[in-house]
Amino acid sequence: LAAEGYEAVCPGEGARAVPLSGHVGFDSMPDQLVNKSVNHGFCFNILCVGETGLGKSTLMDTLFNTKFEGEPTQHNQPGVQLKSNTYELQESNVRLKLTVVNTVGFGDQINKEDSYKSIVEFIDAQFEAYLQEELKIKRTLHSYHDTRIHACLYFIAPTGHSLKSLDLVTMKKLDSKVNIIPIIAKSDAISKSELTKFKIKITSELVSNGVQIYQFPTDDETVAEINSTMNGHLPFAVVGSTEEVKIGNKMVKARQYPWGTVQVENENHCDFVKLREMLIRVNMEDLREQTHTRHYELYRRCKLEEMGFKDTDPDSKPFSLQETYEAKRNEFMSELQKKEEEMRQMFVQRVKEKEAELKEAEKELHEKFDRLKKLHQDEKKKLEDKKKALDDELNMFKQKKTAAELLQNQAQQAGGSTTLKRDKERKK
Amino acid sequence: MREQRNLEGYVGFANLPNQVYRKSVKRGFEFTLMVVGESGLGKSTLINSLFLTDLYSKDYPGPSQRIKKTVQVEQSKVLVKEGGVQLTLTIVDTPGFGDAVDNSNCWQPVINYIDSKCEDFLNAESRVNRRLMPDNRVHCCLYFIAPSGHGLKPLDIEFMKRLHDKVNVIPLIAKADTLTPEECQLFKKQIMKEIQEHKIKIYEFPDTEDDEDSKLIRKIKERMPLAVVGSNVVIEVNGRKVRGRQYPWGVAEVENGEHCDFTVLRNMLIRTHMQDLKDVTNNVHYENYRSKKLAAVTCNGVDTSKTKGQLTKSPLAQMEEERREHVMKMKKMETEMEQVFEMKVKEKKQKLKDSEAELERRHEQMKRNLEAQYKELEEKRRVFEEEKANWEAQQRILEQQKLDATMEKNKKKGKIF
Repeated sequence: LAAEGYEAVCPGEGARAVPLSGHVGFDSMPDQLVNKSVNHGFCFNILCVGETGLGKSTLMDTLFNTKFEGEPTQHNQPGVQLKSNTYELQESNVRLKLTVVNTVGFGDQINKEDSYKSIVEFIDAQFEAYLQEELKIKRTLHSYHDTRIHACLYFIAPTGHSLKSLDLVTMKKLDSKVNIIPIIAKSDAISKSELTKFKIKITSELVSNGVQIYQFPTDDETVAEINSTMNGHLPFAVVGSTEEVKIGNKMVKARQYPWGTVQVENENHCDFVKLREMLIRVNMEDLREQTHTRHYELYRRCKLEEMGFKDTDPDSKPFSLQETYEAKRNEFMSELQKKEEEMRQMFVQRVKEKEAELKEAEKELHEKFDRLKKLHQDEKKKLEDKKKALDDELNMFKQKKTAAELLQNQAQQAGGSTTLKRDKERKK
Repeated sequence: MREQRNLEGYVGFANLPNQVYRKSVKRGFEFTLMVVGESGLGKSTLINSLFLTDLYSKDYPGPSQRIKKTVQVEQSKVLVKEGGVQLTLTIVDTPGFGDAVDNSNCWQPVINYIDSKCEDFLNAESRVNRRLMPDNRVHCCLYFIAPSGHGLKPLDIEFMKRLHDKVNVIPLIAKADTLTPEECQLFKKQIMKEIQEHKIKIYEFPDTEDDEDSKLIRKIKERMPLAVVGSNVVIEVNGRKVRGRQYPWGVAEVENGEHCDFTVLRNMLIRTHMQDLKDVTNNVHYENYRSKKLAAVTCNGVDTSKTKGQLTKSPLAQMEEERREHVMKMKKMETEMEQVFEMKVKEKKQKLKDSEAELERRHEQMKRNLEAQYKELEEKRRVFEEEKANWEAQQRILEQQKLDATMEKNKKKGKIF
């Protein structure tokens, strides 16, 4: 029973009223709608917030006349966890898929500053899941299992004095996200007079702190009176019990004390019946509707604005959905392209730099070898010079030698005759 | 963890249906009914008969009173109340449909109208700030078939084929009082046969678990398409006041089940299935329109064969996924480019190294060559020096000898005094 049941009609907008001359039969429309809903089944999700030991589980059992699962929780939880269980209930021909979410460990820590965070996150997560489904291209909203929290029962400890600061902080964080119904738990610990004062104190503290709790609707005349009366009894002081005691000749749900028996369904003893009436019998559908049309819409609006969606462009012309998506898509594509381009450019740059580097290295190498080559050539030239010098000396020497030998030969020839003469004279 | 439990004792949620009832009455209802058919088939009369009102009267003449050259789509909105229930009824008429000589595309204005209402709804639904969303989508289209007795005309087939996946189409045989029951039976059979042949999807009644309801539905199905007669005139028949058409041979009563299927139509359209018509419009036809529209936006220029798996996401999730894919693609590209880059650099560096080595080698060689030459030269010089020294020494000896010899000679010649 998701979106479609809640389109509000602007009755008579541009329509003229015409009389009917007989019974047409469209007065069966509400029945048709009801039949459809009954066939489809209903779903309701309750979140119970409150310290450990305030009787949350017992109250749920009592409200729905059934034993839900779970062991009583210990007090040593490190943080606040949310445990949810879904049950399929049936009463007469009406099927109800009931989900009960419990806050485990709420208020048990020494530092409770973050207690509300996991609760807010949980509520938001359910909105998010619905939003995601609603935004899908191919979606199946009419068969979607709605997990959004329709009612938050806030359990107030029966101190008799006032709200704890944890209560105020938590409720303030939750009041724009969920329908809060504050209840005074284990109220059989408070006397009647104390209770009246307690209720007044709580209400005034809520008002002075600007906490918006759920008001039973008074716009429909059929239920306006009972709802407004009940609004005056808030917060409901409840007692829960699954045990039965014999009173007169009936078995009733009660808690037996030595000094008397607290009957759960006795309106003089506690407000349990009022709670059941308001929460389940009269306003369950309104709680679902408020969740969808108010709390969820707020979440959705914030989320979409966060993502950059607007309803009108800077010139105040309305955007069509297509334009919005197309604009987003173009933005997205150009962003991707830009990234790609940037990466390419970076590479081109690197390549350029590296090429320059390598060219530089190459140049240095060439210079080095040019220098060596020059050195080598110098050496070679020196060598050549030396060689030439030697050759010159050699030539000179040769010449000298040849000249000397020539002289010697001449001298020898002349001297040879002299010597011959001398030799001849010696011989004489 | 789901368990089915039946509750002992009173809880109270059995009252939920009443809560729903109460709220729906407060909200009021709306319904948009479209009638399509050639002029003169009694469309306006039928509407007036269905809703027991003069929707079209002297003050508000129906489209049939006006002559149209082209197909128009006109809507009239009326507010009717009954039994505490308020209904905003919009009747959409299509004057000029099928009346021209060339009726190609005469369905286009109709399609455009239906699509534009879906578009309005889509835009309203997609706004950031959503308000009351009036539902002006066409919930049902009554298509009037001329009582020829033969079969469907090509225009009938064409129209229904084009509209059956945009709106709930309910074909009707108009002016059924011109057919005898036997003729009507045959005509109906023929029409249904042709509808099946052309795979036209007319509005189907939902399955119901209730035995009685299923019996009723089966009865209705057997009578499809419904043959109707409409009348604005009330006539007295056997002391009863009935709507009917007076002929010399008798009165054809509109609400007589033996005369025509009008009652069946009215009961089905208004009393039992009005809500279902709206549901099917919302859950099937509108969703079809929406997913087509959004798929077109998301998959701009993308091969349609790839998009089948992507339709389960919203366009934004789609973009997220594309972004992720792109990041991966870029990473891959980056590593590839990096690899190529590294390889090329390595190559170049290697080349440089080789070049350097080669030059070094050559330089070494030349150096050694030079050194060898040097050594050679040194050796040559040494040899020369030695030779020279020797020769010079020799020359000196010779010179000395010569000098000594000359001195001796001079001594002998007594030149020494």
